[in-house]
Amino acid sequence: MKLKFAAVAMAAAFTLPAVAQTEIQWWHSMGGALGEWVNDLAKDFNASQKDYRIVPTFKGSYDESMTAAIAAFRSGNAPHILQVFEVGTATMMAAKGAVVPVGKVMQDAGVKFDSDAYVPAVAGYYTAPNGQMLSFPFNSSTPVFHYNKDAFKAAGLDPEKPPTTWPEVALAAAKLKASGHKCPFTTAWVSWTQLESFSAWHNVLYATKNNGFGGLDARLAFNSPLHVRHIDNLANMAKNGLFVYKGRGNAADATFVSGECAMFTGTSAVYGNVKRNGKFGYGIGTLPYYPDVPGAPQNTVIGGASLWVMSGKKPDEYKGVGQFFAYLSQPEVAAKSHQRTGYLPVTKASFEITDKSGFYKQNPGTDVSVTQMIRKTTDKSRGVRLGNFVQIRAIVDEEMEQVWRGAKQPKEALDAAVQRGNEQLERFQKANKG
Amino acid sequence: MTEKRVRFKSAWLPWVLVAPQMAIVLVFFFWPAGQALVQSLLQQDAFGMSSEFVGLENFRRLFNDPSYLESFKTTALFSALVAVLGLSIALLLAVMANRVIRGSGLYRMLLIWPYAVAPVVAGVLWLMMFASPYGVVAYFLRYIGIPWDHLLNANHAMALIVMAAVWKQISYNFLFFLAGLQSIPQSLIEAATIDGATPWRRFWGIVFPLLSPTTFFLLVINVIYAFFDTFAIVDATTHGGPGKETAILVYKVYYDGFKALDINGSAAQSVILMGIVIALTVVQFRFVEKKVQY
Repeated sequence: MKLKFAAVAMAAAFTLPAVAQTEIQWWHSMGGALGEWVNDLAKDFNASQKDYRIVPTFKGSYDESMTAAIAAFRSGNAPHILQVFEVGTATMMAAKGAVVPVGKVMQDAGVKFDSDAYVPAVAGYYTAPNGQMLSFPFNSSTPVFHYNKDAFKAAGLDPEKPPTTWPEVALAAAKLKASGHKCPFTTAWVSWTQLESFSAWHNVLYATKNNGFGGLDARLAFNSPLHVRHIDNLANMAKNGLFVYKGRGNAADATFVSGECAMFTGTSAVYGNVKRNGKFGYGIGTLPYYPDVPGAPQNTVIGGASLWVMSGKKPDEYKGVGQFFAYLSQPEVAAKSHQRTGYLPVTKASFEITDKSGFYKQNPGTDVSVTQMIRKTTDKSRGVRLGNFVQIRAIVDEEMEQVWRGAKQPKEALDAAVQRGNEQLERFQKANKG
Repeated sequence: MTEKRVRFKSAWLPWVLVAPQMAIVLVFFFWPAGQALVQSLLQQDAFGMSSEFVGLENFRRLFNDPSYLESFKTTALFSALVAVLGLSIALLLAVMANRVIRGSGLYRMLLIWPYAVAPVVAGVLWLMMFASPYGVVAYFLRYIGIPWDHLLNANHAMALIVMAAVWKQISYNFLFFLAGLQSIPQSLIEAATIDGATPWRRFWGIVFPLLSPTTFFLLVINVIYAFFDTFAIVDATTHGGPGKETAILVYKVYYDGFKALDINGSAAQSVILMGIVIALTVVQFRFVEKKVQY
């Protein structure tokens, strides 16, 4: 009896794939509310056609899923689609034999593909100098200024007028503190919000060679007088309890959502989380700037992630990948994703649909990320694309913590971060010169 | 002391009998260790597409990095704290549990429990207790006037990872100490009691010397634990911060290899780490073992 059952099961296992759809593995790093969004996208795509089946798998944080995929690639079991954060872009671009450019995938799949349909600031980041799109812009975000309207009211501040400059932020923080607030201002991703985006926003370079777009011989430049001034300003705020450091990476996100911190610079994608879990009046403003800096504010840089297609798969499977990306680019699908998550719209059409539907009017502040990004970008503000970027950000974290705890002067810490980060860039250049 | 010896008649039988063990050691120790050695001499991109022999370049780079040298001090402090605290607390608990008669099974089970917890879970657990604003312990500490802040206070951060690492290892130490205590002949202790020795004197005069083989074994194991198994705790609690104050060597191995994709640099560090542990173990066996009575 058992044997018979096993035989039937075996037969089933061997015959099923012949009739079943082509499976496409998609490794991603979207947890919580965003994980549900990813699963819904796969479900809707699978229901929309019969030939392919997208199988999304959560593989941990961005760096974890990237490591997992690289290990899988080395042993020949890479997924078809891999979600990689913007910090990993240079590493993926340098791995020429490991990935297939998205532009080529779409072309081979026979999918109508117009790179001009995509939001330029986002698509530009993932496009090679020869104009070929290398990865599919999926969930791009940008840092914005989040604030708690209830806390503003309690402190006697106008809840409809978020501070737009850094001096105003300091003043608002002082009032919040005076009203008894323990954490007036905090930030997530210190390097991304306070140095990378800060640089683009003030139209100064974070690194030479147009922030790494111009070649692997770029070197860091974020120890200019303006950067020192800003970190000095934050250090003073930290000393007076106006800026409270809440840890590396996205650790500070939760402190804003819980209401502990009143003002917060972090990804626009916190929107979905606050909408679901926040119990306070929620406002979004543009990233603060220094009004006396010429050219400020310029535009912010992107964060978030894009989808890379790994090499060594069957043609039929690539066709499915192309179909799936075409599905994601459909204006209605992309618009829905944008509205649900707070990530940037992928295509211009999805932005227009959202605009026309009155979504931005009903949800004030949700357009901030878009307007910050679609301002005219300059060569200094297109984004930052550096090798060994994960390590560079960790170095920045380490050096900045020395500033917040008063162990180092801002200039000293920024100089050290630039010097240590440059060593990483030199090594990346050496390892990828081929 | 005469040595006990088993004599095999055939020449190949003993080799066959140790073969499975040797195979395991080869596959799970020598092969990966050899891989680490090879990798540490190469320079590769993350995907392993291009690979170049660079000799000792990876090592030279490490020793030119002041923060890496600083990390040796951090690791020494951390391992010393973990080994000393882990051993003494476990010994205290084992002595107490050894005396309990009613419900001893329950106490033992509760004390052994933490060993089943994965390091990263232990890290998160302790982080929860000490994180502001929701951490219960952090709240209590602030209440009694200690502004707990492991994000920016280096001592607090070190205390946090030591506590989590010790808590996780106590169970293991406890088990061995308890077994050691139970194998001490009661007659010796009874005789000392009749001679009028105080409990304090009985412990240091009889029990502790008889426990010395166990203690020595645990010392070696704990040092290895602190050097190799604690990266997950650091990753879950402090990420090596503030600054680099809790970046112990093994955390950097993990971070550079698994998060930053610098496989060769990570391999070079693990070779260094392996060297340190071999040296420490040799020292322990050469010098500390002399004080051990079997």
